[in-house]
Amino acid sequence: MANASDTVTAAPVLRAKGRWNQRTLAPWLFLAPGLFMFTVYVLWPIIQSITLSFYDWNGLYNQDGAFTGTFVGTANYRELMSDPNFETSLWNNFYWLALYLLALPAGLFIAIFLNQTVTGIRLYKSLFFFPFVISQVVVGLIFAWFYAPNFGLFYLLTEAITGKGTAILADPELVTFGIIAAGLWPQIAYVMILYLTGLNNVAPDQIEAARLDGAKGWKMLWYVVLPQLRPATFIAVIVTVIGALRSFDLVSIMTNGGPFGSSRVLSYYMYEMALGEFGFRMGYGAAIAVVLFAIMMIFISGFIWKMWRDETQR
Amino acid sequence: MVHKKTGALALVAALLLSTSAFAQDKRVVTWNADYDPIPLAAAETLIADFEAANPEIDVVLTNFDHEAYKNAIRNFLTADPPDLANWYAANRMRPFVEAGLFADISDVWAANGLMESLAASVPSSTIDGKQYAIPYTYYQWGIYYNRDAYTAAGVTPPGPEGVNWADFLANCEKFKAAGIDCVTTGSSALWPVAGIFDYLSLRTNGYQFHSDLAGGKVSWTSPEARAVFAEFAKLQPFVTENHAAIDWQDAAAIFVQGKAANYVMGNFAVGVFKEGGMTNDNLGFMVFPEITAGLARAEEAPTDTIHLTSGAKNPDDAKLFLAYMASAEAQSKWNATMGQLPTNKNATVPQDDPFLVAGFEALSTATGGIAQFWDRDADAEYAKAGMEGFQQFLVQPEELEAILERLETTRVRLFPQ
Amino acid sequence: MFPRPIQQSGTGAQWLYAIALPVVLILWLFPLLGVALTSLRPASDLAQGNYFGMPSGIAWENYVFIFTETPIGQYMVNSLWVTIPTVIGAVSLSLMTGFALAVYGFRANILVFFMFVAGNFVPFQILMVPVRDMTLQLGMYDTWYGLALFHIAFQTGFCTLFMRNFIKALPFELIEAARVEGVKEWRIFWYIVLPLMRPAIAALSVLVFTFIWNDFFWATVLTQGVDSQPITAGLSSLNGQWIAQWHLVSAGSILAALPPVVMFFAMQKHFIAGLTLGAVK
Repeated sequence: MANASDTVTAAPVLRAKGRWNQRTLAPWLFLAPGLFMFTVYVLWPIIQSITLSFYDWNGLYNQDGAFTGTFVGTANYRELMSDPNFETSLWNNFYWLALYLLALPAGLFIAIFLNQTVTGIRLYKSLFFFPFVISQVVVGLIFAWFYAPNFGLFYLLTEAITGKGTAILADPELVTFGIIAAGLWPQIAYVMILYLTGLNNVAPDQIEAARLDGAKGWKMLWYVVLPQLRPATFIAVIVTVIGALRSFDLVSIMTNGGPFGSSRVLSYYMYEMALGEFGFRMGYGAAIAVVLFAIMMIFISGFIWKMWRDETQR
Repeated sequence: MVHKKTGALALVAALLLSTSAFAQDKRVVTWNADYDPIPLAAAETLIADFEAANPEIDVVLTNFDHEAYKNAIRNFLTADPPDLANWYAANRMRPFVEAGLFADISDVWAANGLMESLAASVPSSTIDGKQYAIPYTYYQWGIYYNRDAYTAAGVTPPGPEGVNWADFLANCEKFKAAGIDCVTTGSSALWPVAGIFDYLSLRTNGYQFHSDLAGGKVSWTSPEARAVFAEFAKLQPFVTENHAAIDWQDAAAIFVQGKAANYVMGNFAVGVFKEGGMTNDNLGFMVFPEITAGLARAEEAPTDTIHLTSGAKNPDDAKLFLAYMASAEAQSKWNATMGQLPTNKNATVPQDDPFLVAGFEALSTATGGIAQFWDRDADAEYAKAGMEGFQQFLVQPEELEAILERLETTRVRLFPQ
Repeated sequence: MFPRPIQQSGTGAQWLYAIALPVVLILWLFPLLGVALTSLRPASDLAQGNYFGMPSGIAWENYVFIFTETPIGQYMVNSLWVTIPTVIGAVSLSLMTGFALAVYGFRANILVFFMFVAGNFVPFQILMVPVRDMTLQLGMYDTWYGLALFHIAFQTGFCTLFMRNFIKALPFELIEAARVEGVKEWRIFWYIVLPLMRPAIAALSVLVFTFIWNDFFWATVLTQGVDSQPITAGLSSLNGQWIAQWHLVSAGSILAALPPVVMFFAMQKHFIAGLTLGAVK
């Protein structure tokens, strides 16, 4: 009998022929419904989108129900190269990605601040986590109100400080940063909860040992605590990157990509091109989606690679 | 008969209703529409009148939410076409005509003398020499002004004939001195700025050039196009700040409160102004000022239309109904309820509404032509690029060259020479 | 423990901490508190420019208004119609896929598993056009089940990851013992594994509930009218009608946020356990 730990899933090798059959078939029967749904709604559409990105199609079928698109080769991609809106979106995505990562230090900071055992701390932790639970639509509306020209709190605050109010959502230079700030609010909460859980599991003996060696403050954090928080940091990076690249709701709710497209990101620009009021360029939208997908794949591959390493090391 | 679309249930209901109608030996005409409550009521009245005159026909209207309709029409025209469908004239209907989803109804136009009675709407209803739409209502655009704001700034309010451009700008200086926005707008949805641009363009170069510009036929870097932006630049400092972050209704509030004096808007906004507390006494209307002297005055009046679908199951009776919707009688009735203007020149307008009277006057004397509004005259993608350019210019006038260059690149790409 | 427990510091520091906690919390939740307050402000306050001062009264009528004069109640019901079937569907499917991937060593195992995980992270936009088109062709556009079916399929990715790891952590000897007894595979799943899955099912249910309730993108893409739009999309379209009426926008926002918040507080432990999966070794 082979050693169970030699195989990836620790299933023992079996002797009886009948059982072997049953156990070969069983996983596929269990997988079938989920795999079917996933193939129909996720895998197959990815292939279709990639195909569609080589077509020019306005989304209409003719009266007989036939597809009305025409094959245009790489024309959509070539157009993307010289499309200033695409460039703006790409840059904004980059800002989102870079600034969203601020959620990590901010979340860690709040987590450390809250990692105490005073009375009522549990409630405090829950309330700090609050912004993550509510819908991004609501977050968007809350910040739109916060930023509103003439009476918004942010406007009044800048007016009080500089003498002239800043309507951040009307300012093409600042608008993206205003939206990112709104997005950071729930994201910091999420990262915070990841780190709180991580801190809970930091080995106390190591901390005490380091303390005896005279480590404290930043040194302690950097050399002793952070290395132990690595799994939490990893998850936090992944969810933050994915969150940044998925940023659609806030842009849609707060600005619709405006003013004059200054706050567009790829996910919104794609929607605008494919289903927006002046869009219905399905092929071009699909090409944008493929680019976004390619960017995302870099991070997904990293994640899968790490998982694969963990799985095989176990 | 009218019923509201409620998914599968409505479908079942529609089936039941149509079978019962068949049982009564009536021929059914189906009509998909996107009406708010008031126009829906107006449509019901017209259907009742039509059915009274044609007792063998049953018109079944399925009403959709206005915003949802824009999406829904793309699906039902293929999947489950009604006989008639609401939509818009000019370039807005082009994709459906080109996909063969709207039917040619030139015969309805010819048989009912519509070329003559709907003369003003012929260009916007025609693609490649054939008519694909029945226009039944439109509304004027122009400048609505707040007399109280004029008084507060010590400026004499203009009459309906308006003022000239130099005087208008001079007034703007006075409003600015009094701390009042000369012109307000809320451009977060983009289209309100197109109203301002369209008028500047129509008044600077006339209808034909504007139409060619919207059609992608002339360059954005041409002297004529630059001239439009030169006038736009004169107006720019007097437009409400931060307009890019607010909606047109927010700007309406500024206007109603007298913090702004003028508003370039469509007549549908009158209801909002009045809800805000304005009355016929302090709300005024004038046509947009003349800029290039001697140009034939053109106006902006977006038209709503009904179309026969290619998949219609009962096209003959549907055409009867279309002819009815084109008639002076139906249009007088409809537009009186709606507070809009009939496209049939033989129709009548209620005399107790000064804005309708002024609009009817402005449009019927617009010898230059009737534009449909930027986002209906121009191809969809081109329209969007244009409106973003207009909005950007209003925020960053110093970026003019970059804006023109980008628009020109878009034009060359969309309309290969 | 890191940082050093505050109890080991001086009383000054302890006092400071006791004061800092509520202050920081209020700053942190400030936008939300502002909206909650605005939702109870009479419309007349806003008209007079009293946006941040003491409200002149508590206006419960804002909530009454949005319930009686707008379809917000219908939107909430629609959200439930989408959310609950999705929770049931995604949890059931992933119990099976997770079981298959955790218990059986077949060649494609790791490949199938990674496919689920990777699929969970793809941008929605790459699925948008084909999924919308397919939903239309199947006649499920603008229905709760059209939206729920997509959500079930997509959430299966994340749920599979969760379930598979959870089942892997169960003592494998239980399953082995049952096999020696000759128990059939599906009975092992049903009678041995499933009863041990309660915490996982609870955690995933609250998580999926929150994700789906808060979904805006697919609601926009696959539904369009009052009859099927969930609250997120509904709130967005109401926002288009309520321009400048922030007391109504605020009340609507609070209502839309309420169910996931209640869910979170009721099932906090499970919620956080689900969310922080993998955050500790």
